[in-house]
Amino acid sequence: MSASAKLPRWAERGLLPLINLAAALILSGVVVKILGESPWAALKLLVSGALGTQEGIGYTLYYATNFIFTGLGVAVAYHAGLFNIGCEGQAYVGGLGSGLVALWLGDRAPLLVVLPVAIMAGAAFGAAWALIPAWLQARRGSHIVITTIMFNFIAASLMTYLLVNVLIKPGQQSPESREFGANAFLPAAHELFAKIGITFSPSPWNLAFAIALLAAALVWVLVWRTRWGYALRVAGQNQSAAVYAGISPSRIIIQAMLLSGALAGCLGLNELLGSQHRILIDFPSGAGFVGIAVALMGRNHPVGILVAAVLFGALAQGGSQLAFDLPKINRDMVVVIQGLVILFCGALENVFRTPLAKLWPGRLARSPQPSGGMPVPR
Amino acid sequence: METYTLIVLTLAATIRVATPLLLAAIAGMFSERSGVVDLGLEGKMLGAAFAAAAVSAATGSAWAGLGAGIAAAVLLALLLAFATVSQRGNQVVAAMAINIMVAGLGPTLALAWFNLGGQTPQLDGPGQRFTSLVWPWASTAAEHPFPGLLYAQLLSGHNLIVYAAAALVPASAWVLFRTRFGLRLRAVGENPHAVDTAGISVTGLRYQAILISGVLCGVAGTYLSTAASAGFTRDMTAGKGYLALAALIFGKWKPYPTLFACLLFAFTDALASRLQGVALPLVGVIPVQAILALPYVLTVLLLAGFVGKATAPAAIGVPYAKEK
Repeated sequence: MSASAKLPRWAERGLLPLINLAAALILSGVVVKILGESPWAALKLLVSGALGTQEGIGYTLYYATNFIFTGLGVAVAYHAGLFNIGCEGQAYVGGLGSGLVALWLGDRAPLLVVLPVAIMAGAAFGAAWALIPAWLQARRGSHIVITTIMFNFIAASLMTYLLVNVLIKPGQQSPESREFGANAFLPAAHELFAKIGITFSPSPWNLAFAIALLAAALVWVLVWRTRWGYALRVAGQNQSAAVYAGISPSRIIIQAMLLSGALAGCLGLNELLGSQHRILIDFPSGAGFVGIAVALMGRNHPVGILVAAVLFGALAQGGSQLAFDLPKINRDMVVVIQGLVILFCGALENVFRTPLAKLWPGRLARSPQPSGGMPVPR
Repeated sequence: METYTLIVLTLAATIRVATPLLLAAIAGMFSERSGVVDLGLEGKMLGAAFAAAAVSAATGSAWAGLGAGIAAAVLLALLLAFATVSQRGNQVVAAMAINIMVAGLGPTLALAWFNLGGQTPQLDGPGQRFTSLVWPWASTAAEHPFPGLLYAQLLSGHNLIVYAAAALVPASAWVLFRTRFGLRLRAVGENPHAVDTAGISVTGLRYQAILISGVLCGVAGTYLSTAASAGFTRDMTAGKGYLALAALIFGKWKPYPTLFACLLFAFTDALASRLQGVALPLVGVIPVQAILALPYVLTVLLLAGFVGKATAPAAIGVPYAKEK
């Protein structure tokens, strides 16, 4: 499972992702140049749009919250040796769970009751959506990459059906639910700051960010500080070794996918309870796929994921600024950059790893393993 | 008679929907048979759809569009091959990266070049699209329900790419199962070490397979933007690449069963648009979404082994490292 060439830990976790990111950004700059804009001006706009104002920072962290949830989801499955492409669908269905709770309790109970129930419902719905692909992988050997892709499409059909036929607010054209009761609104960060006397510009950045940080801490404890986490990592790295150690890989697969789906399922807390205040079509809008990039860049470690999620949040926010200021660029440019980051961090990392490893010749692995950093998904 | 006409028209629609699926699924068959997972069908098709529409709009020639579509898909395929075969990167990650990148790149370039909000101009000039070929006497034959209408709707009245896709099925079956190249291709997907031992280049074979996949995805994407519709729009593949992959799995990586799977999936699509809001006897109104989700549900059931058994090529997804 180890990569083709070994690097010192700091180079592996810090230097290599930075080089990959730089390569992706340089290539993006070439694209911007082809579009007829100055890459340097674009970069400056991107950074100032994302981090130059309080509002920009708020939006950056709001987007980052989504990516923390999905990035953690992808990472947990990864540690079990699974590639969960289904976070998009799990986030979608999980959001349905949180949204239903908000619709049900939003005008009946205080936030202190609504929030825990919404978290549990989001996690439960997300986990449930991951359960079938997990079970099929564990017991029937169905390739989880394919089944989770299929489940993304099934989730989209299911949610469209529910929104168009069941949840739609009567007398309304667009497929959206009614607005949640005000008790289900997660307080925005600027409101919370105002309570302690700090003024901060309004933005959709909200309490869900704190929940995402807690989730990251929880994942760290679970994966690196518990017996279960050890079993998870052993099963992910070597199934036969796991069996010899008395660990059941199929049970671990199912548990890891449940946790993965539950984490992705919490996206609705930020997107629906925190910002939109209703259930609407396609609210994850690709966050499940950005989660793949975040997990890859963050090396599947919660700290790395936090950093990468903020980076992608800044990209999302700075990208809208870019689209606003430069007439020849639209928000899709952000998607291009995301794709390039995934390409360099996930698929082309050996391009830089191999020459870098030559700098530390003593650490070259004796027998190169074929899978570049990622386990081959089963 | 009314019902009969409806059925024939639905079948004609099935053929039109099935064409890009079939092209992409056969494309996937070549690369997956060589041991490379082809999740990149979606991105290669989308890239080709954009390039074809853009070049056709600029030159006024659908054939130039086809060339550009194929070139774009081949370039993406080369990138995929470099990442997965040469660099031994993860095949799933590389393909997802390309899909995401292309989803952004198409509208980005379209906005910069045509300034129409991420679309290409409407292709309405003469020769800018692949239009339907009407066979001799089709309009006369259409007046006679049987077999005239079948002739007019099912055999006649499609564009060139549809017929090419139909011919591709026996052609690919012949290449895969009756030629030396096909034998080697299948061998490299089952046991690359054996192929390597026989002195044949695993890398070379996989590159060839991925390039064939690129060419066919190029044709499929061109069909979407210059035949099925008149121009490129954002996300116009709308998951067809993944659906084609599902069809390939449903067809157990074999040409004729894959053709059947494509027709079945396309039929559910054609049916969904016909059955929108129609109350059927006994069951009432079937939600369109349920019919649209059917291909994915069927594929999951197949993968689970509840409907037959799909066995993937043994070495699929595993990068090959030559022993030193």
